[in-house]
Amino acid sequence: MKNLKMKKEFKVIADLLPNNTRVLDVGCGDGSLMNLLKKEKNVEVRGLELSQENVQECIHKGLPVIQGNAETELHQFPDKSFDYVVLSQTLQAFYEPEKVLRNLLRIGKSVVISIPNFGFWKVRTKLLFFGKMPVTKTLPNTWYNTPNLHMCTIKDLFNFCDEKKINIKKVVGVNEDKTSIINKSNLEIKNLFSKVGIFLIS
Amino acid sequence: MNIKLENIKKLDVTKPLKLDCGKTIKNFPLAYETYGKLNDNKDNAILVFHALTGDQFVTGNNPITNKEGWWITAVGPGKAIDTNKYFIICANVIGGCMGSLGPRNINPDTKKPYGLDFPVITIKDMVRAQETLLEHLGIKKLLCATGGSMGGMQLLQFCATFPDKTFSAIPIACSSSHSAQNIALNELARQAIMADPVWDNGKYVLKDLQPKNGLAVARMVGHISYLSEKGMQEKFGRKLQEKADYEFSFNADFQVESYLRHQGYAFVERFDANSVLYITRAMDYFDLSKQFKGGLVEAFKNQKTKFLIISFSSDWLYTTKDNKDIVIALNASGADVSYSEIITDKGHDSFLLNEPQFLKTLKGFIDSMYEKFKNEKGI
Repeated sequence: MKNLKMKKEFKVIADLLPNNTRVLDVGCGDGSLMNLLKKEKNVEVRGLELSQENVQECIHKGLPVIQGNAETELHQFPDKSFDYVVLSQTLQAFYEPEKVLRNLLRIGKSVVISIPNFGFWKVRTKLLFFGKMPVTKTLPNTWYNTPNLHMCTIKDLFNFCDEKKINIKKVVGVNEDKTSIINKSNLEIKNLFSKVGIFLIS
Repeated sequence: MNIKLENIKKLDVTKPLKLDCGKTIKNFPLAYETYGKLNDNKDNAILVFHALTGDQFVTGNNPITNKEGWWITAVGPGKAIDTNKYFIICANVIGGCMGSLGPRNINPDTKKPYGLDFPVITIKDMVRAQETLLEHLGIKKLLCATGGSMGGMQLLQFCATFPDKTFSAIPIACSSSHSAQNIALNELARQAIMADPVWDNGKYVLKDLQPKNGLAVARMVGHISYLSEKGMQEKFGRKLQEKADYEFSFNADFQVESYLRHQGYAFVERFDANSVLYITRAMDYFDLSKQFKGGLVEAFKNQKTKFLIISFSSDWLYTTKDNKDIVIALNASGADVSYSEIITDKGHDSFLLNEPQFLKTLKGFIDSMYEKFKNEKGI
């Protein structure tokens, strides 16, 4: 189930990226997205991943991956050395998400970021009705062991980009199998009904 | 050191090789060994570069020392570098003492062993000498080349000098140039040899002697640098060597002393003191960025080779940072590079030991590269 859902998000990300480009996947995990991009879009991929186990998995798959921490080691990639930099559901886990984001925008000509949406209605109702920090399928951890230090909503990231003069090219909301384009006019409602938000920015 | 080197494989390199120091060597022996079989497509060849005190006998039984090959943990039937599948080649470096041209060889000008008349060689000289072996074996492009420590340095040099000769490369626990600490440790080893009166400015070879005490100390220095503090503490601690209490003498009371002495004096049986001087000098002179204007990034420009860099967390001789600097340069030059840091207490020596995570990574990379290489060649 989790795998299928992951694939939906990856599918959306893959659709955002043109063929034959150079892509850096920050926090590439076991390389599933890199594999997809390589096979379906003929993309030249590189990954950055913290976990030794995942790094090994990528290497076994023949995917180039660098073991390292995105928070501290993005400096090694030169300016505009990739057409796209992808960051899938990890922005909220950094100590300094803004700094990481700035680095991603430096390295890539464009950046794709996906976030688990804290504005999703189930998340909101859990907090509202039970008075407890929400635990959902997209946010499976409890408050004391969550790696997510900076949870935000699609609206938050939308406003953040506006405020920081980051160019939003496209925003896609994902809820199970359904995807929808998000813009200023439908932001309120999509912020309520999307589990995951995927931003293409530059 | 009194070993017989008659029955080992040697290539007679007839083509003159102009060394970095300006001198030229020609008609010189390059000793090597191979394992496994080269397939018909000649796409399964892996070149291994050995470290400072290594030799061409990577795995199986070393016919000279009658001990296991130095990389038996990684190379062999069914192992990470599988000799059932791949054709493994390793040559003794020039300047060494396992059959390739070195300071023990006869100087054609004087008809006596070279000693210190042997020209000072560099890592680049070693690599260029070994490249002739590929031609001899009929290999246009290697599937992979690998090596740890000085072997890794040779590999970096090999990739920079011959960008099209290998499909993939795995430099392990190495550096693109020797640090002050690296040079200092090597100098300690050299000074130990030179302080031995038997050494006699390298002329011991003429008298068929060996500065055993100096060479043994040099080896002990090395052994300390190959282990981590934690690894050493766990292995030896303050344990005493087969005794209940201190002897109140300068005998080897502690296990760690006994270990060092054993390693030191076992080494003199198989290695030449002058070779240690020459090879450590080559390592100290190694500075890949110095060779290329524009530094390390320039050294790796236009690399088609796919790299996997591996470092070990507790290696203080060639640190994770040293290895990462190579990764950064490769990244900056746009090369295809992977990197993994293996978490271990075993220090620099880890690449020679049974480190499951390391061996798994090695195997995964080589096997996936083989599939890619076959596909690419097929097109």
